[in-house]
Parts: sequence; structure tokens; C-alpha cells
Amino acid sequence: MEDYLRYIPHTEEDVQKMLKAIGVKSIEDLFGNIPKGHRLSKPLDLPGPLSEIDLIRHMEGLQSPIVTSFIGGGAYDHFIPAVVSHLTSRSEFYTAYTPYQAEISQGTLQAIFEFQTLMCQLTGMEVSNASMYDGASSLAEAVLMAHRITGRKKVLLSQTIHPEYREVIQTYIDPEEQEIVLIPYLKGEGRTDEKILAQFLDQDVSAVVIQNPNFFGVIEDLQTIGERVHQKGGLVIAGFSEPIAYGMLRPPGEFGADIVAGEGQSLGIPLSFGGPYLGIFTTRDKFTRNMPGRLVGETVDLEGKRGFVLTLATREQHIRRERATSNICTNEGLCALMATIFLSCLGKEGLRELAVMNLSKAEYAKKAASQIKSCKVAFSSPTFNEFVLEIKGDPEKVLEKLKKEGILGGLSLVKFYPELNHHLLVTVTEINKKEEIDQWAKVLEKAL
Amino acid sequence: MCSTKVGDRVEKIKDTGLLQDEPLIFEQGGKGRKGYSLPQWDTEEVEVNRLLPSHFLRNELEGFPQLSEVDVVRHFTRLSQWNYGVDSGFYPLGSCTMKYNPKINEEVARMKGFAHIHPYQPESLVQGILKLMYELGSFLSEITGMDQVTLQPAAGAHGELTGMMVIRAALHARGEKRKRVLVPDTAHGTNCSTSTVASYQVVEIKSNERGVIPPRKVEELMDEEVAGIMVTNPNTLGFFEEHLAEIAEIVHRKGGFVYCDGANLNALMGIVKLGDLGVDMVHLNLHKTFSTPHGGGGPGSGPLAIKKELAPFLPIPVIEKKGEAYRLNYDRPQSIGRMKAFYGNFGVILKAYAYILSMGAEGLRRASEMAVLNANYLMTGLKGSYHLPYDQPCVHECVFTDRYQEKHHVSTLDIAKRLIDYGFHPPTIYFPLVVKGALMMEPTETEDKEELDRFIKTMIAIAREAEENPELLRQAPRRVKVRRLDEVLAARKPKLRWNPKD
Repeated sequence: MEDYLRYIPHTEEDVQKMLKAIGVKSIEDLFGNIPKGHRLSKPLDLPGPLSEIDLIRHMEGLQSPIVTSFIGGGAYDHFIPAVVSHLTSRSEFYTAYTPYQAEISQGTLQAIFEFQTLMCQLTGMEVSNASMYDGASSLAEAVLMAHRITGRKKVLLSQTIHPEYREVIQTYIDPEEQEIVLIPYLKGEGRTDEKILAQFLDQDVSAVVIQNPNFFGVIEDLQTIGERVHQKGGLVIAGFSEPIAYGMLRPPGEFGADIVAGEGQSLGIPLSFGGPYLGIFTTRDKFTRNMPGRLVGETVDLEGKRGFVLTLATREQHIRRERATSNICTNEGLCALMATIFLSCLGKEGLRELAVMNLSKAEYAKKAASQIKSCKVAFSSPTFNEFVLEIKGDPEKVLEKLKKEGILGGLSLVKFYPELNHHLLVTVTEINKKEEIDQWAKVLEKAL
Repeated sequence: MCSTKVGDRVEKIKDTGLLQDEPLIFEQGGKGRKGYSLPQWDTEEVEVNRLLPSHFLRNELEGFPQLSEVDVVRHFTRLSQWNYGVDSGFYPLGSCTMKYNPKINEEVARMKGFAHIHPYQPESLVQGILKLMYELGSFLSEITGMDQVTLQPAAGAHGELTGMMVIRAALHARGEKRKRVLVPDTAHGTNCSTSTVASYQVVEIKSNERGVIPPRKVEELMDEEVAGIMVTNPNTLGFFEEHLAEIAEIVHRKGGFVYCDGANLNALMGIVKLGDLGVDMVHLNLHKTFSTPHGGGGPGSGPLAIKKELAPFLPIPVIEKKGEAYRLNYDRPQSIGRMKAFYGNFGVILKAYAYILSMGAEGLRRASEMAVLNANYLMTGLKGSYHLPYDQPCVHECVFTDRYQEKHHVSTLDIAKRLIDYGFHPPTIYFPLVVKGALMMEPTETEDKEELDRFIKTMIAIAREAEENPELLRQAPRRVKVRRLDEVLAARKPKLRWNPKD
């Protein structure tokens, strides 16, 4: 038997019976509408077929080594309880389609309703969608939405936003409709320069976009931002890439954010070399109908029993076509489910404790690094679970030396910020044991 | 329902069987409960209030769940039991290609050397991963007859947007700016909204009596203001666009591009290459054709395959091979930029790669052949019982309507809901829009003859019920967790989150 047949059930007898029922002689006859001249006469040039065990062997050979790591920068290594993988492996969840047929999709729908609620609570907002592709595209959609609402042209983008998120925003906007003004950061502090922001804040500004904690791990001071932006009639968009921080940090909703958009990978989703991740998108009730993406709402069935459905679909592409709020069709359903299960496990206390542990461990590493002679903490502002180190020497060479000792010592920042050419972004989570941090500091000192 | 006395109160207990009632996570649990164990403290716990100003800190997470691990497991297990997946049974959802999702691919995606790898891990330590991505790109190029692939788009619609931006950039490089995009009336809604997001105006082309695009219409509408055409091939009626090569020529003559929506590629693998028909770019849905699970609505993956003239405009980074080494190239001055952070939905990408290796060239061709055989068998079996608006052979899917049932005041929706009572997932309904009351069925190759026969028999029985006892259909479904839901109420009084005050 051919190896590929494990997924295709047809026997030769079945095929003959079916052809006869259809009234054709051969499989070839079924493709009669494809012009003969274009039909392939030779097989595709592809490897395989592989048996299951040969496939496993092949895939094992492609794996990467697992090493001690202090790399973050928008993707974080957090512990994922076994429950998350076990429950999302239930095939009733993962082999289902989008829940268009509500009566046989109540599992997915209730879980998304719970997800939407959790995201509102976490970000301090009123309404959440069912998720977006990732943090970067979610933030870009937020910028497009602000433009739809205000009709204004200018977007003030803090330079401390994840550089790849900024690139995605740049790609998404139409340069004839919108213009980006980059707001620099305060050199010694690593946070958005409020004075320069104030200079650019005028009646043409559609939105001010700030990430918190920002790409340097710095906690931005947002105390007065909402009021100032709203005075000029613009919107505040708060981005984020590390939602664990909101276990302790005041959420953007309490600073007057109008849209909160960011990355949820930290909430129980594996690193997986950059995806699939989870775009989170929350806003105010009054903007619900301007939102992109799917929404789940509560309703009742014809016996009055509570149930959930996809709702307000008249914003979406399959109904509204060229007049939709976005072209997004799918969400990241299974990743949203992972986040829902993860947060259900952690709960109110667990998330706070986890946040405090991340902060504490990063502070421990910061202290260890600041005792190294050729090394100092670059920014004076408070940080969450990552921070920038300024080192003497070439970061690439230093990282290479650390790598030889089995440690990924941080992320060199020069490719994102040319002026930060002696700087490393170092990330510490609850995963990093004290001995690992000590070892990192020891090897770093030696490497400098 | 039974009543029982608890102290001096009478409580009602519902006999829900195994469809247990399950409250929201916020409506259960108890103060202080949690289902997570923090790693051991081996560094000092900082005093948060000393380290950070008080206005940086939040009050407690109001309303957040407080559950034990057992609570969590029971909750989500129960929820899962109210869902229907491909593993539960036949799922003939048209244009969605709900084929079987091989289990080994799920295991492969969980291998530590993939799942635990950080996207910024140095290139020298991710050579196997880059090789996998590079090779998948070349497999997809071979299957579609294109030259290069970007794996960055996270879904089909995301691939479409990437493609339209590539077209915009290619026109810009020629010093041109065009205004319109041609889209046939059989198109997925995303084609239209994608064009709008990419700042193009949509011009609709009417399909002909055979359900395909007539070249004459394209000729009429095509001029130097039109950036290109978006064609789904095979289209959503389940037909191969038989004039595509001629249409491509017309579009190219006026300097436009041919975008192909490859959502329905499952009919064509090893049969025909889209590149040979003059297509300039095509997006693929790895979660349809290449067997990766739909996840209850994502994550998907929508790679874009292009002809080499368009390569300079692909999103960054591009994976390249130099000798035996793989690298990420960011130095692409003409690139449209970036569509998402990092490189694509790698966890999905690797499942599609594993699938292609498991199938090989012969297996993929066999999959397409059996998918087309199944669709035609289904169409033949239902002809006569249901109205077939285009009576001609189909490829991967077939479209019926409710016209015969209409006279009994039974609609497509009723037929769909009645199928649930018989244990099937309904087909796609009311799409494509060109067919009134459409029932769009795509069986895929992974269903056997017995399952198709059972489905055909059931559909014929439902047609008879529509005549004899239409109320049965209008009241369906009955044997599910919830009966028909009030969608009007949901939209009129949106309740999009749980609130402690409710």
C-alpha cells in the first residue's frame, strides 16, 4: 500500500462504483473542463511520500537546540501549565471551523465570550474582539480604525514601540491618506519624550500610539496622556507586547486609552519561532461598530436558554464586502483559547504573583549586571521584565562568546536603533533560575 | 427537571444528560482558588510599592476567575463537548476544505526544538527551521507553478492583502498608479474588502450562464486604470475558470496583474499549475489544502506565491540559501515592508510541510482526484432531490439551492439545521451570493463512499420531510445544547462580555 493512502480511504472498487454512478469512465474525465493543453503530463517534483516514522525522524533532524536564553523583545518564554496543551488538544476544539453554526459550536463561542471578557478586564477596557493575527497587525488595525473614526491624517508613533510593529503599521497605512510622525525617546530614560509629543499634538492628529511596557522594557508614564490627547480630539492607542505586566501594572483603560492593541503570546502560547501568536484588540463601547474582526455576543435560544453567537457581522467582509471595516476574516481562535485557559488557571492571584516574580527576577539580573565594570543599565526609568544594558565592546562578539557557553545573552539593539550600537536588550522571566542569571552575569563579565 | 428540598428551599435540578450546563468561568470558583503553581522563589521578592510609583500600579483584577485546576479541566472539557469538529464527523462546508487533520503533525509541532524556539534565536542555531521554511516555499512554488513564496501572511485574507500591496508596489515602481480592481460576482467577500484596504475600487464582473468569467466582459472592463483582476480558481461555484489563460492575456496586454485566490487549490494539485495559466500570484490556505486544522477559527496560514518579476516587492525578511546555509535577508529596498512581526505562523507552516512530505507528489494528485470524485458523486446523488442551478460537472465542490423546498416554506437555513439533528455539520449556506438560497458542499478526499452515501440518504430524507412535515425542519435542531438562537436580539442589544453587575 502506498504510504499516502493512510489519509485517503478510497479502494479501487469504490472508485469504479462511484465513477459508474456519476456516469463517466475514468478519473481523467472528471477534469474535462480543464483545457487539455494545460493539464500536467508528468508528476510534480516533490519528495516523499514518507511513512509516519520516517517523517518523525526527518522532523527530529530539523529541530533547533534548546539553550538558556535571555532574549525577549516581543516574544517571551513563560511556563505553560500542562492543562493548556491538554485541553486545546481536544479535537472538538481544534478540528472545528469558525463557529458559523452556533448550535454545534457553543464550546468555541462560550470560550471566546470568556476570552473577550478576560481581555477587557486585563486591559481595563469595555469591549474586546475575538482576536487578531498578532500584536503587530492588531496595532496596525488600531491605527486604521482611529483614522476611520477621526478622519484625520497624522499618527504620532512613539519610537519605543516594537520596531517590527512600527514597520507593519507603515506597511498597512496608505501614505496618501495618513502620515506617520515618529516621537523620539528621552536618551537617558528610554521613555517617550513627552515634550516633543506635545509639540506635535494638534488638531490634525488622529492618534497617539504608545507601547507600555515599551520595547526597552521601560514602563511609560501615561498619567496625563489621555486628557492631553482628548483635548485635541485625537485618540490614544496603547500597544503592548508583554501582557503579564498587566498582572500588576495599571491597565491602559485607566489612563484613558481609546484602543488597546497588542500581543498575547505570553498568555500560554508557545514561542514557535514567531507564530502563531495572538493579537488582542479592545476598545470603548462607543467604538464597537468601528472595530475590525469577529465578535461573540450573548443571546437566548427559542426556549429562552442562554447561548452565544457571532454578532454585529455587518461590519465584516463576508457581509459588507468592499465596505467592511477590515479585510480580516479569521481570528486566532485556538490561541485565544490557550490564553483563556492559561488565565483561568492563573486567576486573579496567580497573574499578579507571576508579574511580581518576573519583575523581581529582572531586578536581580539588573543588579548583577550593574556590578560588572564594563557594563551599565542604559536607562534610569523603571522597567518590567526586560532592560537595556550598555556594554563596552561589540555586542555581536560578546553575544557570540556567551553563545559558546550555551547562553543566549540578550538581543543586540543596533539593527533596530543604529544609535544603540553598544546595547543589549536583556529579558528575564520566571523561567530563568537564579543560577542561570548568576552564570549569565559571570560569563558576560568574562566576555567584556 | 426534578425538584428537591434543600433545607427549607426547593431547588430544581435539570436532567441535561451529558450536555451538562456549564456556567461561565466568572460565575464559578471560590476566593483564593488557583490552578497554577509558581516556580520556586530563588531570588528576593521586590517590594513593588518601593520600586514603582503608585499610579503605575493597578488595583486587583476585578472579576478575574478563581478556579482550581480541576475546575478548569472540567469547564473546558464540557465546552469542547458542545462543539463539532472534523474528528466528530462529516463536515461538508463548501470553500473551507474540512479535510482530516493528521495527528502526527500535531505531535511534530509540539517537538521542543520547534515549539520552544525564540524567533530572535541566532540564525546559526535555527538552520533546520529555516531549511524547513525554505523547502516548503519551493514545494508550494512547484505545486502552483510559481517562482517564489513568502510564508509571512497569517491567513488567506492576509495573503490577499500582501498580494495586492505587492501589485501596488510593482505599479509604483513602473511609475504608475491605478485605481480599480476587477472582481467576479462569485468572489469571496475578502477579495472585495482586501481591494478596498489596499486603496482600490472594486469593479464587479458578472459570471456567465456556465458560472465562469467570460473573457469578453474582462476585455470590456480592462484598461490602463485597472491594476488587475482577482480570480478564485476553481471558483466558489466549484468550476474551473476555463478561460483563465485567455483572461490573463487580456489583463497583461493592458499592463495589469492576475491575482488568484487559491482557497480552492484542493482540486488542482498535480493536475494543473496556475502559473502555466498566466497567473502572476496566488495565495494558498495551508489550513485548507494542506490539512492544518482550522482551530475553531484560526490560526491559519496564507502564503503568497509569485512570479519572479514580483520578487523584489515581497515582505521582509526573505529566507535565502547560500551554499548549505540559510539566512534571513532584510536588505530589500523595494519590499512592501512587513505584514506581521517575525516570519509567519511557523507552528502552522511546519504541519503543512509534514503533510506534503507524507503525501508526496503522487499522494497530492490522488487527494485532488478523490476530492473531485467525491464532489461529483455527491452532486449526482442529490440531483433531482435538490435544485442544481448549474447542471454540469464540478471540481472540488457543488452548489445546490432550496428552490424545490421553497414551496413548502422551508429554507436553506431549515435544511442546514435539520442536518444537525442527523449528526452532520451543515454545508456552507447562502454563499456564493450569485445563487439564491445556496447550499455549497465540499466533501474533500478524506471521506469514504459509505459516509457520502449516508449523507446523500439523509439529505434525500430531509427533502421528503420538507414535503410531508416541514415543521420538523423549522423547529430543528432539537438534539443539541441550544436550540436556534436569536441573532437579531444579539445584534440589537449587544452583550459582548460578562459583567459582575448583570
